[in-house]
Amino acid sequence: MESVSRRNREARREAQTRDENMHCIELKDVSFSYDGSTVLENVSLAIAPGDYAGLIGPNGGGKTTLLKIILCLLKPTTGEVWLFGQKASDFGERNRIGYVPQRAVQHENYFPATVEEVVESGRFSQMGLFKFFGSVDRKAVSTAFAITDLENKKKRLIGALSGGERQRVFIARALAAEPDVLILDEPVVGVDAASQERFYSFLKYLNEQLGITIIIVSHDIAVISKEVRSILCLNKNLFTCGYPNHATEKELIDEVYCASVNSLVHRH
Amino acid sequence: MEIFEFGFMIRAFMAGAAVAVIAPLIGIFMVVRRYSLMADTLAHVSLVGVAIGLLTKTYPALWAMAVCTATAVGIEKLRSGGKMYGESAVAIFFWAGIALAVVLISMAKGFNVDLFSFLFGSITTVTDTDLYFIGGLTVVVISVVAVLYRQFFSISFDEEYADSSGISSKTYNMILVVLAAVTISMSIRIVGMLLIGALMVVPVMTAMQLARSFKQTIVMSIGISIVSVMAGLLTSYYFDLASGGTIVLSAIGFFLTATFLKKLTSKYRKMTSAKGGAAGGQ
Repeated sequence: MESVSRRNREARREAQTRDENMHCIELKDVSFSYDGSTVLENVSLAIAPGDYAGLIGPNGGGKTTLLKIILCLLKPTTGEVWLFGQKASDFGERNRIGYVPQRAVQHENYFPATVEEVVESGRFSQMGLFKFFGSVDRKAVSTAFAITDLENKKKRLIGALSGGERQRVFIARALAAEPDVLILDEPVVGVDAASQERFYSFLKYLNEQLGITIIIVSHDIAVISKEVRSILCLNKNLFTCGYPNHATEKELIDEVYCASVNSLVHRH
Repeated sequence: MEIFEFGFMIRAFMAGAAVAVIAPLIGIFMVVRRYSLMADTLAHVSLVGVAIGLLTKTYPALWAMAVCTATAVGIEKLRSGGKMYGESAVAIFFWAGIALAVVLISMAKGFNVDLFSFLFGSITTVTDTDLYFIGGLTVVVISVVAVLYRQFFSISFDEEYADSSGISSKTYNMILVVLAAVTISMSIRIVGMLLIGALMVVPVMTAMQLARSFKQTIVMSIGISIVSVMAGLLTSYYFDLASGGTIVLSAIGFFLTATFLKKLTSKYRKMTSAKGGAAGGQ
């Protein structure tokens, strides 16, 4: 498994140096309105390969909407979305962006599937209709199992797992697709401090060792700003805050949570 | 066995076997997607098709399939539009179907034996035409599920993830409900429209209590369904009872047995683990 992930890593680095100027994700003046009310307004952002970005902001600030736009689940009302140098509407390699949905919205308690079946489903979208589950697919799945340390839980039913384990299963499912970018929606909600710490060092490993670009959504500014390399603050408008440090933390909270939503602040 | 000297019994068993395989095969996706009400609604709407067939003296099952499929598409369109609660949208079709069917039936001058057989299922009325119709569609349904199994699994387990990975839940949902419509309209001859929903749901719920994976659930529910249909058909023949009722009662019998066995084994496990035994470790 180690050699496989190392090879992937090298291939990724190579690709990254090849398209030095190409962003994984780029939003240009994206606005989104729903039923007449504006959820996002003129949001522009760019995520570079290898980045580890935290997306923060108050509830109702449009974090989930922004994620859904990046994942092509929603179309922006105005503006453009570019993924790996292609317009989102023309983008075919959806497996390059892995999505780990919020745990709280899952309702798989009684779903009669094993952990293995769920993780394998991460391969499904990139397989041809009449293709069998081949050696390439099997290798990707076993790598995902090894990385997430779930090998001994393969045959368990998904409903029999604890919340934290289930979270790892969804990460494994996303990793099975061999993504370049991993998007996690509020992954640590309701997780105790010790497990949170383990989880963040796991994400660090994915980012630093495997070269996976990470976007993590959280409302816990204090914790997230210590972990990530860049922070995106969203409250209808995007407040790009650059690199986090403790001095800016207080200001940041004031700006995003209290400031008038129309004042757009840029700080690079 | 003298039972197989009758052509109609052979036809009934062949048609029954086909229905027994595809009803839970489609049913499992209906159950895990919480579409059980949908199956029942489509079954009731198929009554409109039967009524049209009886009224115009044309083949009722074909009309049932047409009406059922159109309804399935209509419900999915309404539901994915998101402007209405899913359940209420389905219920409107349910009532509209029954109301329209009742009007059509009264136009055809009331109830007769043929209609009764569509309501409750009848093994004596399976014709050669029915057999070709059922056989052909069974092959179609099984093939489609075999090819699209991964897509169906993905949208059933996590619709949002499926969409994000490029598997359109809208498209495959539509295919799934159309398959359900086809399955229901061809099954009503054997099980009857009032109980076909049960054959799609009950064996799946039985299997879900015992199986250790999704694939196992499918295989097991089909097995249970086949045994239920066979047992039901035999009882129906020997005691001269409506086949829909005997089939569903035996399916429910299996469900109760499975529930009881599961309770018993979990109790046994608890007892042995309380004694410090290493039994039942998974």
